[in-house]
Amino acid sequence: MHAIDNPGRRTFLKAGAALGAGLTLGFYLSPGRAARQTAASTAASFAPNAFLRIAPDNTVTVLVKHLEMGQGVYTGLPMLVAEELEVPWEQIRVESAPADAKLYGNLAWGGTAQGTGGSTSLNNSWDQLRQAGAAAREMLIAAAAALWTVEPSALKAESGSVVHLQSQRRATYGELVAKAAELTPPQSVKLKAPAEWKIIGKSLPRKDGQTKATGQAQFAGDLKLPGLLTALVVRPPLFGVKVKSIKADTARAVPGVKAVVQIPQGVAVVARDFWAAKKGRDALIVEWDETDAAKVSSDALREQYLALAKTAGKVAADHGDAAQALSKAAKTLEATFTFPYLAHAPMEPLVCVVQLKDDACEIWAGSQLQTLDQAIAAKIAGLQPEQVTIHTTLAGGSFGRHANPTSDYIAEAVATAKATRELNAPIRLMWTREDDIKGGYYRPLFVHRIAASLDAQGKPAAWLQRIVGQSILAGTPFGGMIKDGIDFTSVEGASNLSYAVPNLRVELHSTQNGIPVLWWRSVGHTHTAFAVEVFIDELAAAAGQDPYEYRRALLADHPRHRVVLELAAEKAGWGSPLPKGRGLGIAVHESFDSFVAEVAEVTVQPDGNFKVDRVVCAVDCGVAVNPNVIEAQMQGGIGFGLTAALHGKITLKDGRVEQSNYADYPLLRIGEMPKIEVHIVPSEAHPTGVGEPGVPPIAPAVANALYAATGKRVRDLPIDPAALKA
Amino acid sequence: MTELTVNGHKYEVDAPPDTPLLWVLRDTLGLTGTKYGCGVAVCGACTVHVNGNPMRSCVLPVSAVVGSRITTIETAENSVVQALQQAWVQQEVSQCGYCQPGQILSAAALLASNPRPTDADIDAALSGNLCRCATYARIRAAVHDAAKTLGA
Repeated sequence: MHAIDNPGRRTFLKAGAALGAGLTLGFYLSPGRAARQTAASTAASFAPNAFLRIAPDNTVTVLVKHLEMGQGVYTGLPMLVAEELEVPWEQIRVESAPADAKLYGNLAWGGTAQGTGGSTSLNNSWDQLRQAGAAAREMLIAAAAALWTVEPSALKAESGSVVHLQSQRRATYGELVAKAAELTPPQSVKLKAPAEWKIIGKSLPRKDGQTKATGQAQFAGDLKLPGLLTALVVRPPLFGVKVKSIKADTARAVPGVKAVVQIPQGVAVVARDFWAAKKGRDALIVEWDETDAAKVSSDALREQYLALAKTAGKVAADHGDAAQALSKAAKTLEATFTFPYLAHAPMEPLVCVVQLKDDACEIWAGSQLQTLDQAIAAKIAGLQPEQVTIHTTLAGGSFGRHANPTSDYIAEAVATAKATRELNAPIRLMWTREDDIKGGYYRPLFVHRIAASLDAQGKPAAWLQRIVGQSILAGTPFGGMIKDGIDFTSVEGASNLSYAVPNLRVELHSTQNGIPVLWWRSVGHTHTAFAVEVFIDELAAAAGQDPYEYRRALLADHPRHRVVLELAAEKAGWGSPLPKGRGLGIAVHESFDSFVAEVAEVTVQPDGNFKVDRVVCAVDCGVAVNPNVIEAQMQGGIGFGLTAALHGKITLKDGRVEQSNYADYPLLRIGEMPKIEVHIVPSEAHPTGVGEPGVPPIAPAVANALYAATGKRVRDLPIDPAALKA
Repeated sequence: MTELTVNGHKYEVDAPPDTPLLWVLRDTLGLTGTKYGCGVAVCGACTVHVNGNPMRSCVLPVSAVVGSRITTIETAENSVVQALQQAWVQQEVSQCGYCQPGQILSAAALLASNPRPTDADIDAALSGNLCRCATYARIRAAVHDAAKTLGA
């Protein structure tokens, strides 16, 4: 599959191995140790593999190895099992799989590490879970055949039962589990043809819809354990700073405060509940050693990056001879694009609950990189990874924040639990919103500079793009994925430019400045798609051509790009005249092996204030397993991208983050949400992700629409309405 | 001891009087459907009703609500909340789901005073409820659905 062949993804295999995870492939049809271990009703249940369990009462439990953070894995993944198992949707219940790299490794990352990211969940589970369901189905048929002494070929699985075709004798799966549990799983199974699908392709209801609407859904912070204590951490006011001295008397005197302890990340205040911990933390006085402080200012960084973008960087892509073509060109265009730091700011601030004992560590968290989290927790606790149990809870959003190569919040929680072992209490470590906004791990600040020339027909003849920003991978366990100095997460979406350009060169400057950075929903595509899609619009304008037709002509060799582009344009009514002050803009982008085009319609006031009225989105993500979830992810991705386009900006002054909460780091509000139409391209291709690919095209589509409405180019995010003033 | 009435039940709680209602609900009473999002009344995740009015429980000292009727997402006695919950499920509103209890409580207060709101009414009433998953389009649809159900 395409995704697994992606060199970036493949190297995750090595990264995973480096983390100490065992190597395994094709393990998943073996009897399900974990499924059996985690079976509540154990003995009588049938657990043919690690992914499902059937109880005598006919409930089918699907174990989901990925984090549910809103993207719909608790729905899309069980659908694959239900399809092959021939079970009605209502009969399926969902459970989070335990952390176990051998059983639950992400196959898109080589199968050695369990984790959720890169919009790979459905993609890597597509064959695995259908096979898991099919294997169970065949075993249930074999069980009925043995009980009834008939040939398996005389039987059929249907709606949670096995039926003898001739006699119509039937037995529910629940009635067959005891016999089926005695059988050996088949070595290979036949999967259903698309024409036979009853579940795949249907907008079946989300499995978590009811509990989330009634407040019953359990997030990590909702966990109730006897004696649970709450911890808040005072972290350094500047990145890279260490504790010099602590005055904790006042904090310790706060009623309810149980302990104040230093941990590697700062100082933890442990108390009977959140409010006591908060008051204790407020009363704590910490003096910091600022010797190694990262005293940078984002304005200065931006200037520094703009200067760097004028110099040659490391080569990320090189076809033809862009430099020569540019020097010979009669006409060249050049533009610079800038992008600020961005915080993930999921609605649920980070929470991790830890119960530490001498020989075991139990963790409840919205763990997104379970294998790494397990290894890091074990190291801090002085245990083996297999002594660390992770209960992956629902996450109240993540957008990449929980997939931290340092496992930061989990590491803090385990360190706090270790430092307070004498309290013999489970620790709930919480971040406040201020901790979250100021706490780093941002989408890095980036600058792009692109120069291009056009040929006689107005087509791009040369394209030289320089990208400047921090590497997300450098200095992490995933650093091995940096090849020849190129962190692919900095250049993805640009180094593999889809438009036909005979002379293409993409260069990268990876900077270092001590500000912690991290992947943020759609990663490099958050900036590369904007630079590329706005600049291609500029080339179309310079060539005097329609921006849609211009793109279409340059995508002759990219049929899937073209199909979504054409679909979005057609549904949006591209080409119809609009009144003054309104405009349509288009953008198309491939990310995580899915293809998305978006057309934005804007209305701009004379003072530059504007509204995004409508967005038409077309997506090709292969087989549309659950169209409703796909639509939701496109809507959500567009809303997420609009927050960045309209509002998102983290700034630093002398090393201090200037924002602290939603008041100064605003999110999109309901009144700013445009009408959105989503059109899904019918496809039988291997399904690919939808969590991230909706994000990249929206900011450039809006910028291009603003150009259509005002004649003014937007090259800096977030968009400044003052610059659009008539 | 502070006496509170939550969802029709009376509770005696031992909490300092400045403790925000949010943390009494969550940490003392174990009613964890009400969420912490910002702590400064700018995100709406902690929205509850106090005597029928939507309030941000993260900045509301427990001492200020003694003797008041408090309604949370766990209510079993509020037909407007229940109609909204059903509509939420029908419209498949939730993604991560974290902000939705607050959205529903804000929407319930709107429907109590305005049984047939327009999109603009909904946008105004829910402008203080943030959703990072941007489920807003479905929130609007679900509020309209609940209004229809309740008006039928």
